[in-house]
Amino acid sequence: MSDAFVSPAPAATTASVTPAAVEVVGVDKIFTAKKKATVTALEKVDLTVAPGEFVSLIGPSGCGKSTLLRLIADLDSPSLGSISVFGKTARQARLDQEYGIAFQQAGLLPWRTVTGNIELPLELHGVGSAARKARSAELLALVGLSDFAQSYPDQLSGGMQQRVAIARALAESPRLLLMDEPFGALDEMTRERMQTELVRITAETGAAVVFVTHSIPEAVYLSNRVVVMSPRPGRIRDVLTVSLGSAAERTEQLRENEAFFENVSRVRELLHGEAPVGIRGVETR
Amino acid sequence: MRSSAGTARTILAPVLLGIALLAVWQLVIVAFDVKPFIVPGPVAIGGEFGKNISTVLAGAAVTGWNALVGLVVGAVVGILFAVLAALVRVVDELSAAVVSAVAVVPIVALAPVLYSMFGAGAETARQLVAAIAVFIPVYINTLRGLRQVRPVHRDLLHVYAASAWQTSRTVTIPGALPFIFTGLRIASSLAVISALIAEYFGGPVGGLGKSITTAASGSNYSLAWAYVLGAILVGLVFYSVTLGIERIATRHYKPAT
Repeated sequence: MSDAFVSPAPAATTASVTPAAVEVVGVDKIFTAKKKATVTALEKVDLTVAPGEFVSLIGPSGCGKSTLLRLIADLDSPSLGSISVFGKTARQARLDQEYGIAFQQAGLLPWRTVTGNIELPLELHGVGSAARKARSAELLALVGLSDFAQSYPDQLSGGMQQRVAIARALAESPRLLLMDEPFGALDEMTRERMQTELVRITAETGAAVVFVTHSIPEAVYLSNRVVVMSPRPGRIRDVLTVSLGSAAERTEQLRENEAFFENVSRVRELLHGEAPVGIRGVETR
Repeated sequence: MRSSAGTARTILAPVLLGIALLAVWQLVIVAFDVKPFIVPGPVAIGGEFGKNISTVLAGAAVTGWNALVGLVVGAVVGILFAVLAALVRVVDELSAAVVSAVAVVPIVALAPVLYSMFGAGAETARQLVAAIAVFIPVYINTLRGLRQVRPVHRDLLHVYAASAWQTSRTVTIPGALPFIFTGLRIASSLAVISALIAEYFGGPVGGLGKSITTAASGSNYSLAWAYVLGAILVGLVFYSVTLGIERIATRHYKPAT
């Protein structure tokens, strides 16, 4: 029955133009806690992500950036407004497996080997065992973990587990990757290495990425565009286009680059600038 | 990984303690001239155990088999029922009261009734008593484990649009394994105890429980204690084997991120 989700049915492209990877229009999200006042997590959010584009959502804790990502992933539904992914509703896009997702926690199944974890989505969607094996070998090579195919998650470091989670997110060759602070729990050195790898991987796969982070350098280094959000209610304050060149040009040297620092300062100013009440406590890096 | 020195210590320390306690026991028996009907010394019990090793083993085989059948049946039913209750909310709500009722029934006291149901010549009643005793801890622990799905795993399976059964098979049931084994570990000792005590209420001779009562009523106290020792060993075997399987099955279950 799950076969229906993998059959690569040609997307019903009614228009001649390819639809945006993600289109968020006028979205509000209001949480109603029991006996407590309602919390407006997002207010009047509009965002369009083009196919193949890398967009970071940045902002202080509680600005609703993770909520926005969860709405796109159909893990939650908006209170108002609409979200479409490749021209489909968020729900249909999820059912059609239009995106891969990675969370802050790697979320690997400890009782499965690395290979077993990467093959999980393929297995659930009825991909044959030979095809699964070929795909997982390919992905392990992509994330540089071929030697650990038969290891269990508890035998891997945090960075390696996160790479397995990214490989799993890429398993079905999605055109969109949703990432919720995937490097948040890693140390700074591992983090920078993972960022470089992610730039390479997204260049190789050509997938669009929506990347949630609270690290300014991370957002600048990775993104085509950085979306700066303000908290309570979560709003998009500004969108900064970062022009640091193609993936091939974005090497480790870029971190020492003048243009890189310039963009970091600009994002920082946007985060702090015209601060409404309550913006204190922004994490500066 | 534990070092070999650590392993030696974890094995050696309890062995030495055991030997010391036995020595003190024997010393007290000899020093105060304690009569065997109060409690015989370890040397006397050991002697009887050695002399009657074949009957002890035969008794252990009968009781052990009853306990094993009960353990397997009770565990399988308990796990299946818990999976059903976790999948279908109504089953859980309907059964909660019944399960609590079964949990407080003195199961062993059912033995005489069951003997008349299945005939006094059959072991079925004893196996059933063990199975019912096993069912409760296995069911409760399994159900608890099935409810402990990590949010990140739940999100992941939702994203994959997995069916309820796929979610159970790939995440919920394997994730509940440590809980299932906790239940089984409690149940393994319970199975032996229940099978043994059930023998006190009738049924065929041959098991350890019957042998204990027979020896005790014949004033053969050391022999009775030898059978008790046999029963303790059966219980230990059940417990250790369950623990061993648990260690192997859950060796990678350290909380991964």
